[in-house]
Amino acid sequence: STAFVQWVGEKTPISDTSYVGIDAILEQMRRKAMKQGFEFNVMVVGQSGLGKSTLMNTLFKSKVSRKSVQPNVEERIPKTVEIKSVSHDVEEKGVRMKLTVIDTPGFGDQINNENCWQPIMKFINDQYESYLQEEININRKKRIPDSRVHCCIYFIPPTGHCLRPLDVEFMRHLSKVVNIVPVIAKADTLTLEERDSFKKTIREELRANGIDVYPQKEFDEDAEDRMINDKIREMTPFAVVGSDQEYQVNGKRILGRKTKWGTIEVENIAHCEFAYLRDLLIRTHMQNIKDITCSIHYETYRVRRLNESNILFTSNPPDHPAVQPKANGQPEEQPATPQPNGVAAQHEALSHEM
Amino acid sequence: SAIFCEIREEKKHHNDKGVRSLSLAGHVGFDSLPDQLVNKSICQGFCFNILCIGETGIGKSTLMDTLFNTNFENFESSHFEPQVKLRAQTYDLQESNVRLRLTVVNTVGFGDQMNKQESYQPVVDYIDRQFESYLQEELKIKRSLHNYHDSRVHACLYFISPSGHSLKSLDLVTMKKLDSKVNIIPVIAKADTISKSELHKFKIKIMSELVSNGVQIYQFPLDDETVAKVNTTMNGHLPFAVVGSTEEVAVGNKMVKARQYPWGVVQVENENHCDFVKLREMLICVNMEDLREQTHTRHYELYRRCKLEELGFKDTDSECKPVSLQQTYEAKRQEFLVELQKREDEMRQMFVQRVKDKEAELKEAERELQSRFEQLKRLHAEEKAALEEKKRLLDDDLSSFGKRKAAAQLLQAQSLTANGKKDKDRKK
Repeated sequence: STAFVQWVGEKTPISDTSYVGIDAILEQMRRKAMKQGFEFNVMVVGQSGLGKSTLMNTLFKSKVSRKSVQPNVEERIPKTVEIKSVSHDVEEKGVRMKLTVIDTPGFGDQINNENCWQPIMKFINDQYESYLQEEININRKKRIPDSRVHCCIYFIPPTGHCLRPLDVEFMRHLSKVVNIVPVIAKADTLTLEERDSFKKTIREELRANGIDVYPQKEFDEDAEDRMINDKIREMTPFAVVGSDQEYQVNGKRILGRKTKWGTIEVENIAHCEFAYLRDLLIRTHMQNIKDITCSIHYETYRVRRLNESNILFTSNPPDHPAVQPKANGQPEEQPATPQPNGVAAQHEALSHEM
Repeated sequence: SAIFCEIREEKKHHNDKGVRSLSLAGHVGFDSLPDQLVNKSICQGFCFNILCIGETGIGKSTLMDTLFNTNFENFESSHFEPQVKLRAQTYDLQESNVRLRLTVVNTVGFGDQMNKQESYQPVVDYIDRQFESYLQEELKIKRSLHNYHDSRVHACLYFISPSGHSLKSLDLVTMKKLDSKVNIIPVIAKADTISKSELHKFKIKIMSELVSNGVQIYQFPLDDETVAKVNTTMNGHLPFAVVGSTEEVAVGNKMVKARQYPWGVVQVENENHCDFVKLREMLICVNMEDLREQTHTRHYELYRRCKLEELGFKDTDSECKPVSLQQTYEAKRQEFLVELQKREDEMRQMFVQRVKDKEAELKEAERELQSRFEQLKRLHAEEKAALEEKKRLLDDDLSSFGKRKAAAQLLQAQSLTANGKKDKDRKK
């Protein structure tokens, strides 16, 4: 037990006679991270035509979207929601990252869109499942490949009125399993006043429906965190415009959209909120987004999954084939307490051994 | 007016994983990721656990004090401990903006016993207990690994006595038992008692003995080119010959940590005098993170694998098809339930048998009692009859006696009256 914190030393320019070197661990960590590289998996969801691919390309300043990878394929709207992943290795100032962009063509494009969120939910849960399977192996990989969806960007069409039932349904179900960052797509069709009122309406509707989008209030770590995140929550959802074309404006080359009435500068915060989205997603909160996925969403899935399979096994006699739990992973009501023998297999065995 | 420009053509090529490499057309900003990661760690703080194994009085506590510039609570241990024990103490240290939760584990009484055959066992047990604790947490359903206070031993400093000759057999046995469980860094303690030339020979002897006995000590890692060079050099200086001291002595115009002898001053941080600075460099400044990582990805994984295999878990079944843990668990559980049922039945049968036996016993006793009672009753009746007979005889006797008595009295009375008549007759 510890009573108080002991200061061991400080590297000062004057004297380092009392320097231990504990703070060198920061540099060691940084080196290790640079060597290992990072992974980031982002999903885009929204009706076709809302500029999802363009926004991804704008965010990552290269052709990362699925469409850019297969430019010659005829774009047709699929009959059901499809999930298509594309991965790229990118590098910036020595930092290497494997970026995976997951597209969901067909979402919201059918005549009957009931349950079109289900294939997406299934995909997300499947990634949790494969991570879990690897994690419980006896011989497991040093670094478990992480295909879990860290962030889901949801594109709201710029109607200017309110959320549609499809938007509410999707976000209500998915916000429980993944970090959702809602954005107002093609925001250049809204005036600033329309934009603000639209945002306010959306925020109220999210609140009314109990939908927690990223950054979720309950995961703020401390007062400083809360302060920073409150500011972000006041701006949600970001009104964005995407572009992969550069123009010369005032002697500078900037990304923008040229129209007859002016050029919309994508990275100009007076024009749209793209820069805020980019900063949130990439420059300041990327690690936190991954942490929430890892330590909260994944753990929630794991708890549910381990309890579920125990219930199944206690109710099925051994000569029945092993039943797979419901694939759509619809969050069911959990039993208030775990079954008396319902603990993780290995934990149970260990306790018996004790 | 705006000038239309084409976006630059990116170079695309596939790497060996089939994942495309893209070059970026501008600054995206994910180069801040290492900083984001580091900031998170600063908020959380770090954990580091050192185990010091060495004989009583060899200087373990002093060295820790010197390394970390503090006075940890130190107890002078007795040499009469019947068994080797381990004493762990945890401290919160801070340097600049880095908070470190340091746990120092010292052996107590190591090397003091007459019979040292089991000396290594408490150490192995302690290390395994920390792994076990982590494994338990990892396997919980509701777990909190990022809040978990990691008590697994990251580095083991093994203190070699400065005999100048060779390793003791206790040293070899202990290190051999530990080399697959913990990162071992051997140090020569109280190195100021050995001369430079003796030291050089001593180090070579020690390293060759370790090699010939197959002891795997911790190698400072060479895979990162930033530190590969210094680590290679340091690997060649093992084991580090250290001197510890928290006393300060004036040398020139500075106060330095040193040990003052009549013949001179041994300066702890003077690399010509001892390898203390090298140890500090390697243990803390350069490789602390690697020590933690090796513990987690190598030693802990090995423990986990062995433990789970011991319990009968496999990743594939006899046909090499992947077996889910749930299947294994269910099979084991059925086995266990069947065993349980069998034992229950056995117990029940045994109980029923015992009841029967007892019942028979009791019935037998009852019967016995009954027959004895009957017997007694008979005896009783016989005696009673006999007594009655006696009584009758007595009564008869009594009555015949009574009759005789009456007859005798009558005779007496008659004789008296007859005598009285005679007397009367005389008088007349």
